[in-house]
Amino acid sequence: MSLPADGPPGSTSPGSAVTVRGLVKRYGTTAAVDGVDLDVPAASVLALLGPNGAGKTTTVEICTGFRRADAGEVRVLGIDPAGAPDALRARIGVMPQGGGAYPGVRAAEMLRLVATCSAHPLDVDDLIEVLGLGSCARTPYKRLSGGQQQRLALACAVVGRPELVFLDEPTAGMDPQARRLVWELVESLRRDGVAVLLTTHLMEEAEALADDVVIVDHGRVVAHGSPAELTTTGDGQELRFRARAGMDVAELAAALPTGYQAAEPAAGRYVVQGRIDPPVLSAVTSWCAAQGALADDVRITRRSLEDVFLDLTGRELRS
Amino acid sequence: MTAPGHFAPGTFTPRPGRGALGRMLAAQSALELKLALRNGEQVLLTLLIPIVLLVGLSLVDVIDLPEPRVDSVFASVLALAVMSTAFTGQAIAFGFDRRYGVVRRLAATALPRWLLVAGRLVAVLGTVVVQVVVLGLIALALGWRPGGGVATALLLVLLGCAAFGALGLLLGGTLRAEIVLALANVVWFVLLLGGGIVVPLATLPSGLAAVAALLPSGALAEGLRIALSGADGSLVQPVLVLAVWAVVGGVAASRLVRLT
Repeated sequence: MSLPADGPPGSTSPGSAVTVRGLVKRYGTTAAVDGVDLDVPAASVLALLGPNGAGKTTTVEICTGFRRADAGEVRVLGIDPAGAPDALRARIGVMPQGGGAYPGVRAAEMLRLVATCSAHPLDVDDLIEVLGLGSCARTPYKRLSGGQQQRLALACAVVGRPELVFLDEPTAGMDPQARRLVWELVESLRRDGVAVLLTTHLMEEAEALADDVVIVDHGRVVAHGSPAELTTTGDGQELRFRARAGMDVAELAAALPTGYQAAEPAAGRYVVQGRIDPPVLSAVTSWCAAQGALADDVRITRRSLEDVFLDLTGRELRS
Repeated sequence: MTAPGHFAPGTFTPRPGRGALGRMLAAQSALELKLALRNGEQVLLTLLIPIVLLVGLSLVDVIDLPEPRVDSVFASVLALAVMSTAFTGQAIAFGFDRRYGVVRRLAATALPRWLLVAGRLVAVLGTVVVQVVVLGLIALALGWRPGGGVATALLLVLLGCAAFGALGLLLGGTLRAEIVLALANVVWFVLLLGGGIVVPLATLPSGLAAVAALLPSGALAEGLRIALSGADGSLVQPVLVLAVWAVVGGVAASRLVRLT
């Protein structure tokens, strides 16, 4: 499948919150990250999507200065994360996978400590309330549910009013209501001009939140583009319509550019497979008109991002 | 997404920047101190056991000690208090804090790495201040009278905090939490009995005494006995031994401690 490129490889775009070129990280002989390129433009959301073990967390850890790259170039807000982690961390917010807090600490105590590390933090009590943590404000961290721990971790990532936020699996372990709240928070971050790089293995999440999706597998980028580009690119689309039964589908296919297929799987129900763009749609309806038929109930079905993801990363279960 | 709007426009408008260093240090140390005093096991280790030993050994003649017994016992118990807090308590807390990701969580903020360590050590000092005050008041009640050695004793306590604190960071920062828990408790128990804390070096078998004198436990307890109860001996060796452990432990910790 061919996918749009973000720009010439090897270039670093100015004004971009995160620029990664040719990133490589090896553990022993296995390459956890194997030549990843990505860009997060200012005030946009990029989802790093991939199965477990694809290299998502390692990429985030390198971007936040917790690990050193073996090769490649990384610039985060113009800073080399490995060279000046303290300078970088004063400007970003990080939600590490699984969060993090003292085992016996209460949510508000932990968030207040993290807020103290920033010059102009958000109001801690407001954030606790709006994230639905008010009811467990006195519960020790180790006894919070996974979803509550996640929401506290998210609060810690945004309380310092950062320019850029890294969220590693932000909705893991959350119920659907909490997940919606997190999605709304990510939307609000973007609205207010904060760039977000999040990792997820939830297609629905990437589709709902991201301006750009980078699909990684085995440490390599296997696809990137907007959710719409990823789901409409390639041969995975179909045009379905109803019309008079018994029209000559071979003739219909001949009226379309090469590579398109037409079929009548049930009487009066037609399907055209291939990349459905406006000229193709027009060609199909014109051909019907020439047959004296009205193409009715015309539908273009997009593949879901999940289909794209599974096509690219394989459908077998991973250990 | 057209959500009901939990977050008013402009809520997250970026305004980054690092907080004031002094406030960060104070906030982290105060929170860690509060957590230590709220944790039952830590309080047992840092206050209850030293109090029981102070009262018990002062009043009951289980170990041969010069009179007044409380002078010598107070010195032993202060050394125990420092070891319990700076080494055992801190190593266990650090091990589990790492397990629960708090060290990484804080490292991901604008909190500089050195402040992260400084905050832990200040919290340890805070606990030691509480211990010194509580144990000192009980010792006074038991008949101990402060003499000219108190200032020296406080300096030794500080040096002991440095030596045990560095070793506690090293242990808590390099091994898995469960192993830290087991090791820190075993070391505490062995040093309490055989490391020159409860049983003075003079009473230990001579081979063991020679080893114990070179351990931070023996050096601190013996130094405090010299300072507080007028036991014979020079402070040079205890001070040197503690300083060497502090430097060696500190260097090793700064190289080997892992955040996760």
